[in-house]
Amino acid sequence: MIQVLAFYLFAFLTILSGVWVILSRNPVHSVLWLILAFFNAAGLMVLVGAEFIAMLLVIVYVGAVAVLFLFVVMMLDIDFAELRAGFVKNFPLGIAVALVLVCELVLGMGAEKLGALHLGTPDGSAAPLVDKSNIQSIGALLYGKYLFLFESAGLILLVAMVGAIVLTHRERKDTRPQNISKQNQRRPDEATVNVKPEVGKGVRL
Amino acid sequence: MTAFFETLGMPYGWAWFVATICGILLIALPLMLAVAMIIYVDRKIWASMALRRGPNVVGPFGLLQSFADGLKVFLQETIVPSASNKGLFLIAPIITFTVALMAWAVIPFNSGAVLADINVGLLYILAISSLGVYGVVISGWASNSKYPFFSAMRAAAQMISYEVSIGFILICVVLWAGSFNLNAIVEAQRDHVWLINGFVANPLLFPMWVMFLISGMAETARAPFDLTEAESELVAGYQTEYSSMSFALFWLGEYANVLLMCTLNAVLFFGGWLPPLDWAPLYGATLFGTYVSFGFIWLLLKIFFFFFIFSWVKATVPRYRYDQLMRLGWKIFLPTSLLFVVLVSGWLMLTRYGA
Repeated sequence: MIQVLAFYLFAFLTILSGVWVILSRNPVHSVLWLILAFFNAAGLMVLVGAEFIAMLLVIVYVGAVAVLFLFVVMMLDIDFAELRAGFVKNFPLGIAVALVLVCELVLGMGAEKLGALHLGTPDGSAAPLVDKSNIQSIGALLYGKYLFLFESAGLILLVAMVGAIVLTHRERKDTRPQNISKQNQRRPDEATVNVKPEVGKGVRL
Repeated sequence: MTAFFETLGMPYGWAWFVATICGILLIALPLMLAVAMIIYVDRKIWASMALRRGPNVVGPFGLLQSFADGLKVFLQETIVPSASNKGLFLIAPIITFTVALMAWAVIPFNSGAVLADINVGLLYILAISSLGVYGVVISGWASNSKYPFFSAMRAAAQMISYEVSIGFILICVVLWAGSFNLNAIVEAQRDHVWLINGFVANPLLFPMWVMFLISGMAETARAPFDLTEAESELVAGYQTEYSSMSFALFWLGEYANVLLMCTLNAVLFFGGWLPPLDWAPLYGATLFGTYVSFGFIWLLLKIFFFFFIFSWVKATVPRYRYDQLMRLGWKIFLPTSLLFVVLVSGWLMLTRYGA
């Protein structure tokens, strides 16, 4: 009973916030609705027993990706009139994308009705380990069976990150950043001079 | 507790529901009281380090000061700036406060005394603490004012930066404990090194504890990392436009977060509800024929110890500059914690999982 109530609550809120992501006039509100949608999706994941995926969804999407997203959107200077003018121009394109998505959904559901495609291995080794927690099942698969694929995916991401940093990094010659070890090595006798100037003579700096 | 309500004749579902509600109240209400008292303790410690008296007028030794303050803000008018985004402006403090309470669901107060004994406990804490930034960011944006907005930007960058190193530090602990469940992590620290309960006695994990303590201060935006409310630069940061209860909710949430960080320090590195030494009389005693466990008292003492460190640092260390804060997070903590993940997993491969 409670599970059913929770499912309908999360599902309803996910769809509702998804709708509001599109309908909100203010992009910051859109991002916040998107975050609510992520959060409710995580709730649905908990209900199907995938608590590890749920936590990852919250940590990665809500905690990191959406914060950066919000960060950027908040700093944008948005002209609402211009946005609305663009709406009419891009309307046909939007309809086309929506139609493609609907077609894919219908196709996917229709194909599923004809018989599910079994991507897991026939001996069942891709199924969750019996009596083991979510994390152990996923760990056994990722670091056991699919170790090479997993590690190479990680390596590709690393290369992509290094590439992005190399492309956008520029050396600035005009700044003088703080060198902390140099600062810590400074001693009073090399940083200060004790002078006794004669009256009216001044000090050479 | 579910079993107790079932004996009263309730079906399992209702018994579980009532037991959970009772559990939440049993944690949240004493926590609120603890926050009120810890604010008083914070002010007293701070004052004595500055050779002042601190609050000493309301009640004996000024003990009721926090309640007087609470009553004061409760009676004030809630001012909502006309240019602000009203809905979000009012939601922001509620988010901060709620998120600060939510994480306590998985904290073990004694052997098995935990509201939600889930096997992704530590991940849950990471997830919840990553939500904390939204209260600050939303309040800064919804205030529609310059200083709160600057503060929100700072807070977002700061919390994301330090969450990365905290994640790696927690990975080290999880690797050693072999579980994400907080109760299992506490149990794994029993008799860790020479009868000492706690990962802190481990030479490979001790540096992680130091980094966790500092990262915890940065994560909760406590001094010396309180750049989000640096009064010399940003008035009061994201709280500038807030008044009355909406301000008090920020205040309570902040201190609840600080207490949570202290508790995490105790649970992850100092053995949580275990006594410092693995010696039977320290675990509990038989009083009037029933065995009484001292676990909760040990946890409470450890939380107080860490809160004292937090106050001590607040009273003595000057505030970091923003670029120094970022440097510490990304250039020192991140590489060091990454190195220690490699070291810890390598050591465990050699000793525990060696072929």
